[in-house]
Amino acid sequence: MLQLERRPEASTTLRWLSPLLALALTVATGFLLFLGMGKDPIQALTFFFITPISDLTGLAELGLKTAPLLLCAAGLTVCFRARIWNIGAEGHFLIGAVAASAVAVSVGEAGGFLVLPAVLLAGIAGGMAWAAIAAFLKTHLNCNEILTTIMLNYIALNLLLYAVHGPLKDPYGFGFPQSVMFADAALLPALINGTRLHIGLAFGLLAAVAVWVLFARSFIGYQLNVVGEDHRAAAFAGFSARRLTWFALLVGGATAGLAGAAEVTGPIGQLVPQVSPGYGYTAIIVVFLGRMHALGIIAASALLALTFIGGEMLQIAMNMPKAVTAMFQGMLLFYLLTCDAFIHYRIRFRRPLPAGLSQPAAPAGQEL
Amino acid sequence: MDLLTNILAATMVAGTPLLLVALGELICERSGVLNLGQEGMMLMGAVAGFIATLSTGSLAAGVVVAMLTGLAMSMLFAVMAVTLSANQYAAGLALTIFGTGLSAFVGAGFVGQSIEGFEKIAIPLLSDLPVLGRALFTQDLLVYFSWLVFAGVALFLRFSRGGLVLRAVGESPGAANANGLRVLTVRYLAVAFGGAMAGLAGAYLSLAYTPMWTENMTSGRGWIALALVVFASWRPGRLLLGAYLFGAASILHLVLQGLGWRSPTELLAMLPYVVTILMLILLSFDPVRTRLNTPLSLGQPYRPGH
Repeated sequence: MLQLERRPEASTTLRWLSPLLALALTVATGFLLFLGMGKDPIQALTFFFITPISDLTGLAELGLKTAPLLLCAAGLTVCFRARIWNIGAEGHFLIGAVAASAVAVSVGEAGGFLVLPAVLLAGIAGGMAWAAIAAFLKTHLNCNEILTTIMLNYIALNLLLYAVHGPLKDPYGFGFPQSVMFADAALLPALINGTRLHIGLAFGLLAAVAVWVLFARSFIGYQLNVVGEDHRAAAFAGFSARRLTWFALLVGGATAGLAGAAEVTGPIGQLVPQVSPGYGYTAIIVVFLGRMHALGIIAASALLALTFIGGEMLQIAMNMPKAVTAMFQGMLLFYLLTCDAFIHYRIRFRRPLPAGLSQPAAPAGQEL
Repeated sequence: MDLLTNILAATMVAGTPLLLVALGELICERSGVLNLGQEGMMLMGAVAGFIATLSTGSLAAGVVVAMLTGLAMSMLFAVMAVTLSANQYAAGLALTIFGTGLSAFVGAGFVGQSIEGFEKIAIPLLSDLPVLGRALFTQDLLVYFSWLVFAGVALFLRFSRGGLVLRAVGESPGAANANGLRVLTVRYLAVAFGGAMAGLAGAYLSLAYTPMWTENMTSGRGWIALALVVFASWRPGRLLLGAYLFGAASILHLVLQGLGWRSPTELLAMLPYVVTILMLILLSFDPVRTRLNTPLSLGQPYRPGH
């Protein structure tokens, strides 16, 4: 019969193979699903994964959607490595977008090279302030960060809706809930001329590099790792869990806030209610898929960015619901966690023993 | 008086889905398994129940299908979190993300359609009581059913052998296993009950509360229920009270508007979430009590023989 048995040592090969395996399983399930829906599966999968990135414009769009995911994921990596389950990237992102828009709208048509940094800093500060609430609730009032960050996401969404219906609403916008278009001085410069790709992607890549440096070269990164691996060992070593919690959440808030600011000052150019298609939540998948590693999250951000564009493509080309994106993302995470189980466990086939015989003792070294 | 009755009645209706999903999660957590997938299971229950009722015309079919769907979703979680010892936080999150996506995908063609939802049924005699009669005893069938489930869960935990087994597994799976209890089986059953209840809670939303399907129609109720279980310190009695308190908080903005309160709707709509955080803060004044009441093995995978 089949038995699950713990490996003597975690498998490094599977740790990196697991995301690819999960992707393969997701594609296979997608194939069956499209077949079941009576659509041509090859055509659908091509529209989903290949067509969006087959020309420069498509690649630029991919970079455009990679940027916010990568920024959010970089911050979440810092949190998740220390086992601080910050689900609040979506909220930090939205507040960052609102704060940046508030500055951009109030500056108005005034120009100058200081406008853009001020707008981006406002976004970062907004995200950090929102994360600080969760940090305070965790370190001083013992509130579970999962629940508080989720609640703060819903509150942030309502604040955004309030902003676009109230204080930041364009008075000449024919009643649409959105802000005025920002002045040129408040817009991010393009990375490739003629496309919508802006330097937000550079911010994302920088953030990923910063994460690598933090964990490979700094003491605080080491402390975060230790807290995540074994919080009692960290306490014995004298690492302050409280300080590390604040650090991780503030970094998470800063990067997601910057992502929100880059979204309104980049491709959108104004504050709208649909500023995020769920980047903050998708970034959670990115972190797991990217193995909480700088290079990994870059690749995973690009893949999940593709699911956003692929979903839109399927909606236009094959009249499928846009929710196909969220479904693919959920499936990917699901398969990933299942495959991850085999990093620590393996399946053993044991022939059932004839009656009367007892199970032979396992050879030494296998029972760990 | 009429206003009070209306507020009470609305509180009951708003509290019922919370009560249902939280009762399921309470049993699940008492076995030591933390399932953060409530939101995803509720959404799947809501969409499956709605589609079943729409296509068969039977509300009963909708309820059954919703519960089975919730159960099926919870089994996906159980395979990962119980059998494969995956991280329960990550597995639960995956379930919510997957359920949110799948429900939106499945339900895309059904947005905007409507059905005849559950009707209010007045219980003879009791419904003639002043104020309370119309608030408590002129409700739909599922409200009454939620009371039955509540009574069942409370009695099960307190008086039955099964309740003792469940608590033993949650407090100390190792000791329970040494005593010959099947830890993984108990955990599977607890997760399954949680899934069925979440599905039912979802069906309450799409078949009774607002008889239609919209994407993300649970709007965080699954998460609020998780906070509710902590708030109730894993006790059914407090859970009942808490569910209606949260229910009241979630209709507060409607009441305030009804009273002529002039405030932007978006700011009032964030009230339930603010109240949830306030409740969590209130609990923090007595961390010892919370820690004493938390099932000891909550969130920790268990593998017999290792």
